[in-house]
Amino acid sequence: MAGLPSYPSGSPRWLLAELTYRCPLQCPYCSNPVDYAQHQDELSTEAWCRVFSEARALGAVQLGLSGGEPLVRKDLSTLIAHARELGYYTNLITSGYGLTEERIAELKSSGLDHIQISIQAPEKTLNDKLAGTESFEEKKAVARLIKTQGYPMVLCVVIHRENIHLMNEILEMATALGADYLELANTQYYGWAHLNRDQLMPTRAQFETAEAIAQAYKEKVKGQMKIYYVVPDYYEDRPKPCMNGWGTTFLTVAPDGLALPCHEARILPGLDCPNVRDFSIKEIWEESPAFKHFRHFDWMEEPCKSCPEKIKDFGGCRCQAYLLTGNMKATDPVCSKSPLHHTVEEAIHLAEQDRVSSAPKPLIFRNSGNSKTLG
Amino acid sequence: MIQDTTRFGLSPHYRLQWEESQQRFVMLYPEGMVELNGPAAEILKLCDGTRRFIDMVDTLETAFDTKGLRSDIEELVQAALGHGWITILS
Ligand code: SF4
Ligand code: SF4
Repeated sequence: MAGLPSYPSGSPRWLLAELTYRCPLQCPYCSNPVDYAQHQDELSTEAWCRVFSEARALGAVQLGLSGGEPLVRKDLSTLIAHARELGYYTNLITSGYGLTEERIAELKSSGLDHIQISIQAPEKTLNDKLAGTESFEEKKAVARLIKTQGYPMVLCVVIHRENIHLMNEILEMATALGADYLELANTQYYGWAHLNRDQLMPTRAQFETAEAIAQAYKEKVKGQMKIYYVVPDYYEDRPKPCMNGWGTTFLTVAPDGLALPCHEARILPGLDCPNVRDFSIKEIWEESPAFKHFRHFDWMEEPCKSCPEKIKDFGGCRCQAYLLTGNMKATDPVCSKSPLHHTVEEAIHLAEQDRVSSAPKPLIFRNSGNSKTLG
Repeated sequence: MIQDTTRFGLSPHYRLQWEESQQRFVMLYPEGMVELNGPAAEILKLCDGTRRFIDMVDTLETAFDTKGLRSDIEELVQAALGHGWITILS
């Protein structure tokens, strides 16, 4: 139809395989669902191999192996070998905790292309506090092993109020570890991070200072280290183009086999995401109501509905809209045009109150006990 | 500076791969990918560490039965260097 913008369409390019929700660490900003303890029935090796094959046949080429902690899967090498044989570029996204020299070599011989490890903070006390486990020295040792075994060193640090003042030290640590890539991921408030939002959200001033330091450093290390900076969108006036468009590029499969258009979509009410145990990836991608649900513009409400920017940002993130307004079809309230934009300002205000409070709320750590009580 | 004798290789951890479902070459790297057009793919395929820049130009001019590709090729090679997809080997 002439004049009407068409929604992008495509086959999956990225498959994010969340192999397990098990994890030895307890990061309070973890993006896993708060009720993860209820979804422990993990897919078998055969089921994962079938998922990889079917998604590859549709066109997926980047494969993220994450979790939870993917290293707890004993069949990790088998899965990697299968994926590599299919032609995927294989990315292991791990905390690095528990990774030994032998295991790194084993993964390499299975064909693993790269390992991304995350460090919580540039110093031991804070790192170990945030991880809920003593792990700092071990992670640094693992980072060096990754490098000596010929992998690119991809380091991820999630940024929030507990570590944002250490931006300089974070950058120096990345340099000292010989990072080829550094991902500075400002916390996105989903899952456990949403639960801990008041305790984690930095102030605008903190965020601006940290960003200026990171951007200056980015220039300085150009050609040696690539820095990816994930912006905290609560301080933006336009939302991110969520998932590059719903069901256009990304496919996430959760540990229990749930196929998700975005890794948070489990929370959206009535979406009824399909399970790979019941359907092929092709059926899921092309025919499932969940993947078709927002893959067009017709669901939109005002102001998105008549906004020319909808072809750029698709109205923002559905999960964020739901978490902040209770309506998954609402304009992402990060947008300054949203009539509910004040919900973002209130969230910022609540975080500020907690920051200056004489009795700030304690962080809630991501572990099975908390998941069972709070999920 | 690109000279006639400069040799290029794909950067470590980069992979150039034909994608059947997309009917094109893609460049893959940690957590990223670039979908390449035909000419870019033809040039990058020749960045295999064995060819000198002048050989790359020759090969492509022969393959496409045309002359005067040098500056286009140089431009793309510069861009690829700038993106970090390829490196100068010697
Ligand atoms: S964010 Fe922390 S707790 Fe969550 S899966 Fe990763 S390492 Fe484990
Ligand atoms: S109103 Fe909707 S479509 Fe327009 S800029 Fe805001 S979020 Fe994007």
